[in-house]
Amino acid sequence: MNEVMTSGSGARELIAFRVGVQEFCVDIMAVREIRGWTAATVLPQSPGYICGVINLRGAVLPIVDFAVRLGLPRSEPTARHVIIVVQIDRQMVGLLVDAVSDILTMNDNAIQPTPDVASDVVKSFVRGLMPVDGRMISLISLDHVLPAVEREAA
Amino acid sequence: MDPMAEIRETFFQECEEQLGELETGLMRMESGQTDSETVNAVFRAVHSIKGGAGAFGLEDLVHFAHVFETVLDLIRAGRLEPSPEAMRVMLRASDALADLVRAARDGSTTDPVRIASIVSELRQLTGEPDAGDAEDDDFADIAFAAVPVTIETEAALPPGWIVRFKPLADLYAKANEAGLLLRELGRLGPMRVTVDAESLPDLAALDPEGAYLTWTIVLDADCTEDMIRAVFEFVEDDCEIQIERNLPADVAVAASSSAVAADAGQPSDDEILALLRNAAASVEAPAVIEPEIVVAPPPPPPAVSPPPEPEPASASAEAPAARNDAAQGVGATIRVDLDRVDRLIDLVGELVINEAMLSQRVFEAGLARASAVMTALDELEQLTREIQDSVMAIRAQPVRSVFQRMPRLVREVATMTGKQVRLLTDGETTEVDKTVIERIVDPLTHMIRNAIDHGLESTEARLAAGKPAEGLVKLTALHRSGRIVIEVEDDGAGINRERVRAKAVEKGLVSPDAPLTDEEIDNLIFMPGFSTASEISDISGRGVGMDVVRRSVQALGGRISIASRPGKGSTFTLSLPLTLAVLDGMVVSVDGHTLIVPLSAIVETLQPRSEQVHTLGVDVRVLAMRGGYIPLVDVGAALGYRAMPAEPEKSVALLVEGEGGVRAVLVVDGIQGQRQVVIKSLEANYRAVPGIAAATVMGDGRVALILDVDAIVSVTRSDNLRVDASRVEPILMSAS
Repeated sequence: MNEVMTSGSGARELIAFRVGVQEFCVDIMAVREIRGWTAATVLPQSPGYICGVINLRGAVLPIVDFAVRLGLPRSEPTARHVIIVVQIDRQMVGLLVDAVSDILTMNDNAIQPTPDVASDVVKSFVRGLMPVDGRMISLISLDHVLPAVEREAA
Repeated sequence: MDPMAEIRETFFQECEEQLGELETGLMRMESGQTDSETVNAVFRAVHSIKGGAGAFGLEDLVHFAHVFETVLDLIRAGRLEPSPEAMRVMLRASDALADLVRAARDGSTTDPVRIASIVSELRQLTGEPDAGDAEDDDFADIAFAAVPVTIETEAALPPGWIVRFKPLADLYAKANEAGLLLRELGRLGPMRVTVDAESLPDLAALDPEGAYLTWTIVLDADCTEDMIRAVFEFVEDDCEIQIERNLPADVAVAASSSAVAADAGQPSDDEILALLRNAAASVEAPAVIEPEIVVAPPPPPPAVSPPPEPEPASASAEAPAARNDAAQGVGATIRVDLDRVDRLIDLVGELVINEAMLSQRVFEAGLARASAVMTALDELEQLTREIQDSVMAIRAQPVRSVFQRMPRLVREVATMTGKQVRLLTDGETTEVDKTVIERIVDPLTHMIRNAIDHGLESTEARLAAGKPAEGLVKLTALHRSGRIVIEVEDDGAGINRERVRAKAVEKGLVSPDAPLTDEEIDNLIFMPGFSTASEISDISGRGVGMDVVRRSVQALGGRISIASRPGKGSTFTLSLPLTLAVLDGMVVSVDGHTLIVPLSAIVETLQPRSEQVHTLGVDVRVLAMRGGYIPLVDVGAALGYRAMPAEPEKSVALLVEGEGGVRAVLVVDGIQGQRQVVIKSLEANYRAVPGIAAATVMGDGRVALILDVDAIVSVTRSDNLRVDASRVEPILMSAS
C-alpha cells in the first residue's frame, strides 16, 4: 500500500500533473525525477499501456503511458510530454503524462473520499479527490500501475 | 556486523585459503615434491587453522588439526617417510579437515566415526597412539579464559605459583617461542622471570637447533593450575614444565638470579640475544620458523597465534626471503565487498555509454576529423576502454579455487568406482569472472565424474588394453580469443559410437537410418534424456547426463564440445565468456527494431535461396540445408512486431542452436554488425519478457533488447512464446 494512504494527518507535498483534461497528483516522496520524453524501445508481448523501455543512466526503465493506463485514448508522445520517474517498492517506473502542472501542499483532511463509482479504473488508482481553486485533482495510488507491482500488493 | 562475527567470518575465509594451500601442497608432495618448502607450506596451513580454531574454541577442529600437524611435523623433521600410503591418509585427512572447518562454520556436524577413523590412521603414522589427547579436550577454556585483573596488593595474600619451564628443541622447531608463552603467562598476573642459562654450551659446541634455556617464573596470580597449564597447552609435549605453589622462601631464590622483564616478551639479556643471533645466523632452520609467525591468523586471544614479532632469527640471511613471501601473501591483496565492485562496474558501464553518446553527438555536430575535440575524444575513448578492462579485471579470479576442489572429487569417485585415477591440472592461474567461476563448479564436477565413471575403463580392462593401470584425467584451463577454455581429458576407451548410436535409436532420439558422422554421434550424448551407462550409477546421477551440463554451460553463454578417439580417450572442451556482465552479440534489425542475438548461440549466418524454403502445412516453413530440414522462425512475427512473416529470400537467416542442441533458422531483416554489449536486467524495474533475455544500452543511448534464443527456438515446437521457467512469475493482469 502506498504511504500516501497509511500515514496520519499532516501536511504533505504532492506533484500534480495533467493527462488530457484531467488532473492527478502523486506524493512527492515517490517521485525520483522528472524528465523529457525520449523515444522508447518497444517491448514485445507487453500490455498496451507499456510504451517500452528507456535508458535512465544505465538502468532500463519501463514507461507507462498513463493515459492508456487509465483507459483514455493514447497520446502520441512529443518533446513536450513529460516522464515522471516514480519509485514503487523497489522498482522504478516512468509515467508518461502531458505536463506537470503544480506542486501542492495539502493537509490530509483536505482529501475527499472517492465517491463509490462503478469504474474499475477509478477503484484501482484513485485514492481520494482534492478541490484546488475550483479544479478537481485525483490522488493517485501507484500500487497498481505495473502488473508485477499489483502482484505484490495483492 | 558484530565484530566477533566479522572476525569469525574472516577466519573461515582464511581457512578456505589455507585448505586450498594444504590441498595443493599435498598434491605436490604426492607427486614426489617433498622439499622442505612444500612440506612447510602444508604444515603452516594446518597449523594456522589449528591456531585460529583454538581462538574460537572449536575443539573438534583443534583436536583434529593437532593430530594432523603431529604427522606433518614428523615428515618435516625427516622422521617419517611421505610414502604413498602416508600421503593417502593425509589427503583423506585434509578432506576431513575441510569438512570439520565447514561444519564449524555452518554449525553442522561431521561424521564422528569417519573423523575418528582418520585420527587413528594418523596416529598410526606417528606411532604414538593417543598422545596428549585428553588435554586437548578442555582447550576451550583457554581460548576465552577470563584474564584476571592484576592484584596490586601483593603483600596481602600471595597465592602465587612457581613455574619451571624448560623448552625442548621440538618446541622451537614447531615455531613456538618461549618469549610469547611467557608473555601470555604474564597476563595471568604480575610475575618475575629468571632464566637459567647454565646448560648453554660454548659457541663451538652449540647446536643451533638445540634448546638450552630454562626459565623460572614466579607468578603472583590468583589463578588455578589449569589456567597456567592452558598457556602451555600447545607445547606441553615439547617442554618440561613444573608448576608448584609458591612458598615465600622461593621468592628470594628466584629473585637472586638475573631477572628478565617478563612483559617484554624478548630477552633483554644482551648475552643471550647475541648468542641466539650467532646461532641463528649459522643455520637455515630459522627461516622455516619465520614465515609461520608472520602468516599466523590474527584472532584476538593470542593463545596460540602470536603476532609477528622481531625474533633473533630475523637477523639471519634466509629470513628476508621468507618474509617477502609471507608479505606477498598477506599484503598484496585486499578484501572488498562484492557490491562495491559491482557498483563500480555499473558506473564504468555508464561511462562507456556516455562516452559513446558524446562521440556520436560530436560527430553529428559535423566537426572536422582532425579537430582538437575529436582528438580529445579519441583519447577519452581509449581511457574509458582501459578503465573498463581494469574494472572487469577486479572481478576476475584464477580458476584455482575450482580446480582445487577437484582432487578430492577424483579421490572420492575413484574410491567408489574402484578405479585408480590420477588428476593432472594445468593453467589454474587462468582468470575469469567470479560469477563464471561459481557457476562452472557444477558442470565441471559432473564432467569429471563422468570422465572417471564412464570415460576410464576398469583397471583390468586397462591392463588388458596395454595401458597403465592408473587412469589419467587432465583438467586444463587457458584463454583463447577472449574466452576461457576448459578441457577435461581422459585416457579412457573413448566414446563407444556403436553403443551411443544404438542407445539413441532405442530412445527414439535419432532414426535408425539417419546418416551420422562420428562427430554427430559423439554429440548425441548431449541430447536430453541420454545416458550411456547401462547401469545407473550413484556417481554420475540418474539419467541427468551431459545434457544438463550442456544446458548450464549454455546458460553461461558458453559452448561444450567433445572430441573422442576410440581406445585413446575423450576430451570435453568448454568455452566460456570471461564475464557475465558483457556479451558478444550480433546486432540485427527486425522490422525497424534493433535486437541483439547472443553470438554463442549462432552457428552460422546464411542467405536463404527461394528453392531452399518449403512450406509445411499452413504456416510452418522449413529450410532445406545439407540434406536436412530446419524450421524457420521469423523473429519479427515471433515477437509480435509484425503480423506477416517476412520473405526469407529477402532476409538474412541465422542458424542458431538452442538448449538441448535444438536448431532453428532465425529470419531477420538485416545484420548491423557484431559488438560486445553490457547486459542490463529487464526484471529490475519491470519483469521478464517472453522471447527477451535481457536488455542493453547502445551507443546512441537507446535500449536494445537481447534475444532469448532458447525461447524463440522453442516457438518451433509449441506455438506460444514462453518465458524461461526459472524467470516466470505469476502475473495478475490489472484492472484495465
